[in-house]
Amino acid sequence: MSVDKVQDALTNPNQEQPFAELGLKQDEYESIREILGRRPTSSELAMYSVMWSEHCSYKSSKVHLRQFGEKAPHSDALLVGIGENAGVVDIGDGWAVTFKVESHNHPSYVEPYQGAATGVGGIVRDIISMGARPVAIMDPLRFGDPTHPDTRRVLTGIVSGVGGYGNCLGLPNIGGEIVFDASYQGNPLVNALCVGTMRHADIHLAKATGIGNSVILYGARTGGDGIGGVSVLASETFDADGPAKRPSVQVGDPFMEKLLIECTLEVLHAGLVEGIQDLGGAGISCATSELASNGEGGMHVWLDRVLLRDSTLSPEEILMSESQERMCAVVEPKQVDAFLAVCKKWDIEAVVIGEVNDSGRLTVDWHGEQIVDVPPRSVAHDGPVYNRPLARPDWQDARQANVPDDLPRPKSANEIRETFMTMIATPNLAAKTWVTSQYDRYVMGNTVLAQPEDSGMIRVDEESGLGVAVSTDCNARFAALDPYRGAQLAYAESYRNVAVTGAVPLAVTNCLNFGSPEDPSVMWQFEQAVTGLADACLQMNTPVTGGNVSFYNQTGDVAIHPTPVVGVLGVIDDVDRRTPMAWAEDGELIYVLGETKDELAGSEWAHAIHNHLGGLPPGLDLNKEKTLAEILVAGSRDGMFSAAHDVSDGGIAQSLAEMAMKSNIGARTWIPDGIDPFVFLWSESATRAIVVVARSEEMRFTAMCEAREFAATRIGVVDSQLANEIGSPDQVLQIDGVYAQSVVLPIGELREASEATLPALFG
Amino acid sequence: MSFRVGVVTFPGSLDDRDAARAVTIAGGTAVSLWHADANLHSVDAIVLPGGFSYGDYLRCGAIARFAPVMEKIVDAANGGLPVLGICNGFQILCESHLLPGALTRNDHLHFICRDQKLKIENNNTAWTVDYELGQEIVVPLKNGEGGYVADDYTLDQLEGEGLVIARYLDGNPNGSRRDIAGISNQAGNVVGLMPHPEHAVEALTGPTTDGLGFFTSVLTSLVKNGQVAV
Repeated sequence: MSVDKVQDALTNPNQEQPFAELGLKQDEYESIREILGRRPTSSELAMYSVMWSEHCSYKSSKVHLRQFGEKAPHSDALLVGIGENAGVVDIGDGWAVTFKVESHNHPSYVEPYQGAATGVGGIVRDIISMGARPVAIMDPLRFGDPTHPDTRRVLTGIVSGVGGYGNCLGLPNIGGEIVFDASYQGNPLVNALCVGTMRHADIHLAKATGIGNSVILYGARTGGDGIGGVSVLASETFDADGPAKRPSVQVGDPFMEKLLIECTLEVLHAGLVEGIQDLGGAGISCATSELASNGEGGMHVWLDRVLLRDSTLSPEEILMSESQERMCAVVEPKQVDAFLAVCKKWDIEAVVIGEVNDSGRLTVDWHGEQIVDVPPRSVAHDGPVYNRPLARPDWQDARQANVPDDLPRPKSANEIRETFMTMIATPNLAAKTWVTSQYDRYVMGNTVLAQPEDSGMIRVDEESGLGVAVSTDCNARFAALDPYRGAQLAYAESYRNVAVTGAVPLAVTNCLNFGSPEDPSVMWQFEQAVTGLADACLQMNTPVTGGNVSFYNQTGDVAIHPTPVVGVLGVIDDVDRRTPMAWAEDGELIYVLGETKDELAGSEWAHAIHNHLGGLPPGLDLNKEKTLAEILVAGSRDGMFSAAHDVSDGGIAQSLAEMAMKSNIGARTWIPDGIDPFVFLWSESATRAIVVVARSEEMRFTAMCEAREFAATRIGVVDSQLANEIGSPDQVLQIDGVYAQSVVLPIGELREASEATLPALFG
Repeated sequence: MSFRVGVVTFPGSLDDRDAARAVTIAGGTAVSLWHADANLHSVDAIVLPGGFSYGDYLRCGAIARFAPVMEKIVDAANGGLPVLGICNGFQILCESHLLPGALTRNDHLHFICRDQKLKIENNNTAWTVDYELGQEIVVPLKNGEGGYVADDYTLDQLEGEGLVIARYLDGNPNGSRRDIAGISNQAGNVVGLMPHPEHAVEALTGPTTDGLGFFTSVLTSLVKNGQVAV
């Protein structure tokens, strides 16, 4: 086998090269030639092609993502900001938390199980490469029409993959989302979030410092899987013929990843590591160029030392392979033996593949011959940057004008009851137990709250009770109606979900899922969403710590709804005083905080009952959102609330039903004066929550809301005796004042309807 | 009073920290045992925790049984040392022939994690003496391969000798024969249990604190046998 050496590039300068097949454009290829002053070798071409891919280089999004930095609020809590593998936030007492969400959308459509599994694996390695112990995962998922035959293939595979990998890793899965919409039919979204904890002193960064230090590759062997995953798979749209790029999907081994976690934390805590980087997208190309670029600027690699699963792999394939469960560490020569000993203890193979130098070049040898000689920065950081054209879609006005006001609404108590039972069983609102029961939420013993609670909550310090809460949210229909406000609404919901549990929102991560950046309409949506999110983060004083962009979620001309998934992390001093969603005792008073307006555009009701998407999304006043959060946190701290629950998808009807089902205790509720029962129950006005207040706390609670000029309306009382009074064998949720009648909903009937949907579709 | 309970970590063990926490809450001292170290470090009892030892490749628990520490554990268990295998630990005990039968893939073919009601059917073992006979408890269950199987003769024998220590109530979660959730050996010192009592020892994080009884029971029986001084 002849290998294309640097010398060959000089002596044979005009050899034709398959840059287009590798996903590079003509002008990108020309600039590589310019940087090098010659044609690239085939190995160099391989490196540039993966590192300059949309997925790795953020070439279309960079100009917009800058806003997260430019508009970053001042925050003392941010220990490590955007740009590293994951941001790090100070949560007090010497503890730090790192969290990040990433997409693995394209692979999960091609090969749902492995795509989802390795999505979890990748984000977990990002977290350990910061020096943190991963402590929880969450997975926001989006699928096509639930009744479409392909949705079953995709959903069951993805759920098994998330569970199969996460369960075997020993990380509790504490939440996420499952949303169905036909726009995801050919482009399901698999986003994976991981939270890690560490002491401040344990923070590590990805840089190759110290001239003469060794570069060690450890973990699984390198194989032929996932070659070009970031370039030819994640950075292109699917053809209408559907997916046929299976060899580009990686294959995961969670057992190896578990060993990698324990081994990595042991070498980090033993002080054996100068810099560390995980191998994800773009594999060895990415790890070596980023480490070198962030450090002394030079590195030499002996590529033939890489341990292989398949001895026939070419150097180009080795550089591009995305084999999973591999890490790269920079280690002082005197510590190499100790490092290798820890690897041996965990039965992990490791080999020194390179050395840090001050040459300013990344050079790679293959059996004594030089095949790569490049400035590492040009590969890792100075990729192309595009200011792609953007244009408000020509259909946007028509969509916004198509308001839902004329859609038929239920007009009697009977019709309200019928709507209630239909809505609670609609796939987007139905219980997700069939999915979440396939995930281990107990492992590690620190899960304080998990699905279906508003946030997942993890105890960080077993002594003090210090903990964190995390939520991810996005109503993409709102973003489709108005991407700026839609992104802000996603942010507000996530922020609220954290505050509802009693935690103080502190920092933000995001996973921005969009169609093709080469479509000006999509680029406009993206720019609007990023601006909306950056503005919200600035106003609310919560910095963005990192995130991920996934473009090309598009099949042919059909793009997904713009889906800016926002993750918010909050801190709680003592998890013992978290506010759960289930009410507990008779006589507790049910209040709704916030104002309910006639805002049904983009709502689940409009979607589920009328398949309608039009109008303007609900209004949002972030100052009020902040006040609501302050009330929720203060009420939790002062022990006013026995329960609280966010009001969002499905409105107050859904929130009350979920609280009743979780507690299995009845309640008598009523429609407040001056509002239409239907609007009260299913409007999706923002900035609302239901809180349950002990009678003894009512005065203090209402005084607090009055002082903050925040609307609080009593809408019910917890009442387990109600069932007896009306002769029901089952606990009941009763709603009075529905067109002068009462609607009685047995909780067992609600639960049965809610829990039957997913098993019927996918079981 | 001090009693030392060893918790074995195999590559791929996941609930080892949880088991250690449960031991501590029960008043004991948790001692970490390493799979490759053929030394029990003078512990008074041993927990084989849940997880996916060696990735559960080949067959759950099939590789773990050959770990150096297991040779010592099998000898010690045959000599009367209390051993509790939870989930993957139960699978390892079966593979090691300390307990009869085997655990197979759940009948519905999915991993399942849920709060599970159990009935304690034998409170004479080293790990169950603190429960009432017939007591109903709720602890988390989480497994992919939790269906207990054995031939009818063995099942009849287990039932006849009262060696079924816990049975599933309100629905069999994995197709276990005769709703069996846990069994013990004839001497009552070795117990295997599919659900996870170590996840139900704190009101904050568990569905109940019903699981703590397994860990206090071993102390009670060690004291009763004079192996640990009060």
